[in-house]
Amino acid sequence: MTTPTPREVGLDRRTIVTVAILAAVTVVLIVLSVGTGDYPMTPADVVRTLAGNGTKAQYLVVTGRLPRVLVAVLVGAALALAGAVFQTLTRNPLGSPDIIGFTTGSATGGIAMILLVGSTPSVVALGALGGGLLTTVVIMALCAPHGLSSSRVVLLGVAVSAVLAGVNSYLLVKASKENAARATVWLVGDLAGRDWHYLVPLAVALAILVPAVLVNGRALRMLEMGDEIATGVGVAVGRVRVLLLVLAVALVAAATAAAGPVPFIALIAPQVARRLTRLPGPNLVASVFVGAALVVAADYLGQRVLSSSLLPVGVVAATLGGVYLVFLLLVGRRRGA
Amino acid sequence: MVGTTRRTSLRTVALIGIVIALVVAILLSIGFGSNRLSLASVLHGLFAYDGTADDVVVRDDRLPRTLVGVVVGMALGLAGALMQAVTRNPIAEPGLLGINHGAAFAIVAGSALLSVHDPDQLIWLAFGGALLGTWLVSVIGGAISPIRLVLAGVAVQAVFVGLNQAFQVINTHNLDQMRFWLVGSLVNRDLAGFAGLVPFFVAGMVIAAVLAGPLNVIALGEDTARGLGANPAVTRLAGMVAVGLLSAAATAACGPIAFVGLMTPHLVRLMVGQDERWVLALSALSAPVLLLICDVLGRVLGSPGEIQVGVMMDIVGGIAFVLVVRRLKAVRR
Repeated sequence: MTTPTPREVGLDRRTIVTVAILAAVTVVLIVLSVGTGDYPMTPADVVRTLAGNGTKAQYLVVTGRLPRVLVAVLVGAALALAGAVFQTLTRNPLGSPDIIGFTTGSATGGIAMILLVGSTPSVVALGALGGGLLTTVVIMALCAPHGLSSSRVVLLGVAVSAVLAGVNSYLLVKASKENAARATVWLVGDLAGRDWHYLVPLAVALAILVPAVLVNGRALRMLEMGDEIATGVGVAVGRVRVLLLVLAVALVAAATAAAGPVPFIALIAPQVARRLTRLPGPNLVASVFVGAALVVAADYLGQRVLSSSLLPVGVVAATLGGVYLVFLLLVGRRRGA
Repeated sequence: MVGTTRRTSLRTVALIGIVIALVVAILLSIGFGSNRLSLASVLHGLFAYDGTADDVVVRDDRLPRTLVGVVVGMALGLAGALMQAVTRNPIAEPGLLGINHGAAFAIVAGSALLSVHDPDQLIWLAFGGALLGTWLVSVIGGAISPIRLVLAGVAVQAVFVGLNQAFQVINTHNLDQMRFWLVGSLVNRDLAGFAGLVPFFVAGMVIAAVLAGPLNVIALGEDTARGLGANPAVTRLAGMVAVGLLSAAATAACGPIAFVGLMTPHLVRLMVGQDERWVLALSALSAPVLLLICDVLGRVLGSPGEIQVGVMMDIVGGIAFVLVVRRLKAVRR
C-alpha cells in the first residue's frame, strides 16, 4: 500500500484530465453519430443546428437522432457505474453484472413483458427492473446462510444466469413469431428507434441513482480493502453492501430497459478507467465517462462499419469484449501467469 | 479389508443401477414424442420390425435421435469428468467454460466466411474452435481458483455468442438454420452426417480410457506423481486434447449443450469415491441418462412441439450447479 495522497480521493490532476478528455471524446462522437444516417450532415452543420441556427430540415433530423445518441450515453454511464460497483463488491475484475447473471435477470423480466403484455418502453422497463431485483433476491437468498460473501455471489450468479438463459430460450420458443422476433432483437441490445419516450425515464432514473452511488463512493473504496478494514474505519459493511448492490442492479435494469442487455460494457469500462487514471479503487466518475464513450462509439461503429446492414450495438459491444479479453491474455502472458 | 469389499460391492451396485437407468432412458426416449408409443410397440419396432407405421417411427425417427443422444451424452460426461480431473477443479466443464461455444463459433464462422458445409470438414473447424476456447479460458482464468476459471469461461463464451450473433445479423439468409442448432438440440440428426464424427468420439474415448490410471497418480500431487514415474504435463496435455475431441464432436453433432459434464461426475463421485477409472467409466454411462431424460422432458413439457434439450439442460443444470456450489468447501467461508 502506498501512503494516502490526494490521488486516493480520486480527484487528482490525472483523473480530472482523463475525465475532461473522455468528455470531449464523447461530445465529438455524439456530433459524428448525429450526423450519420440516410441524410448525412457534416459535423459543422450538426453543431450549427444544435446551437439553433440550422435549416428546418436539419433541425428535424437532429432532434430525431439526438435522443438515440443520448440514450447511448446514459446506458453506457449506467452500465459502467454498475460494473464498477459490482467489481469492487465482488473484489474480482471479472465480476461484472453481465457475467454473473443480473443482466440476464433483467433480460428475462424484459422479454416476459414483451411476450405477455406488450413492448411499450415503460412496460419493458418495469419488467427489466422487476426481473433484475427478483434475481438479486434469489441470489441473496441462495447465499443466505453464509452472508453475501463475494465468491459465492459470483458462482451462484453464474448458475442462476444459466437457468434464466434457459427460461429466456423457452419463452422465445413458446412465443408467436412476431413477438419472438421483437424479443430477439431486444435481447441482442439495440438502440434503433430509441426516442424521447426512452430517454426521459432513463434520465430520471440516473438522476436519482448516480448521486446515490457516488455518495457511497468512500465506503465502496473501504470495502475494496476488505471487510475487516472497512468495519475498522466505521463502514456499516453489511448495510452498505446491500444498498450498493440494489443501486447497481437498479442501474443495470434501467439501462437494460432502454437498450436491451448490452454486454461487456459493465465489464470493460471500470478496467479501462482504472488503467487510464492509474488509480486503485472503484474510479466511479472516470468509469461513467468511459462507459458513455464506449457505448456511443459502439453504436456509431455499428452504423458505419458495414454498408450493407446496421449492426446492433450489442453485437459491436460483444466484439469489443473479445478484444478486451485478448488484451487480458497478453497482459497475463507478460506477467508470466 | 472389509471396507474395500464394501466399496467394491457399492461400485458394482452403482454400475448395475446406472446400466438399468440407461436402458430405461433409451426406451423412454424412443417411446415419448408427439405420437406416444407403448412399450410393446417400441420393442416390436426394435426387434420385430415389419413395416407398420409405429415401426417406421421407431426405426427412422426415434432410434437415430436416441443413438445420437447416447453417444453425445457419453462424450460430454467423459469430457466433464476428464476436465475436472485434469484441472483438479470441481466446477470445470466444457459447456460452462466456453469450449462448446468455441466449437460452435468455429462452425458458424466456417460456414459463413469459408462456405464450408461438409460435415467432415466442419468437424476439424469445431476441433480447432474447441482448442481455441480451452486455451483462452485456461490462460485468462489460470487453473488455481475455481471462481476465476468460471468467470473466464463465461466471458469467453459471451464473446463467442456475440460473434455468432454478428454473423447471424450480417448473413441472416445463410444462418437461419444455425439458429436452432445453436440452442443445442437432438432433432433431425441424420446418421450419415453423424458417421463422420465417430472417429473423433472414439479417439477421445480411447485417450480418456488410457489416461484413467495416470490421472489417479496425478491426484496424489505433482511431486508424488513424478516420483512414481508419471509425467503430469503430458497427462494434462493429452487430457485436454481428449476434452477438445469429445466436446468438438458433441458440439458438431448437436450444438453447444452445457452442464451435462458438470453434474454427472459429481453424482458419480458421491457413489464410487475418487478412483478416476470408475469415475470416468460411470460418468460416461450416466451422462446419456441425464441427456435423454432432459430430452424426453423437453418433448413432454413442450408438446405438441418440444423444448430443445440445450434449453432443458440450462435450466436443470443451472439448478444442479447451485447445489454443487453450496457443497463446495473452497467457497464456503
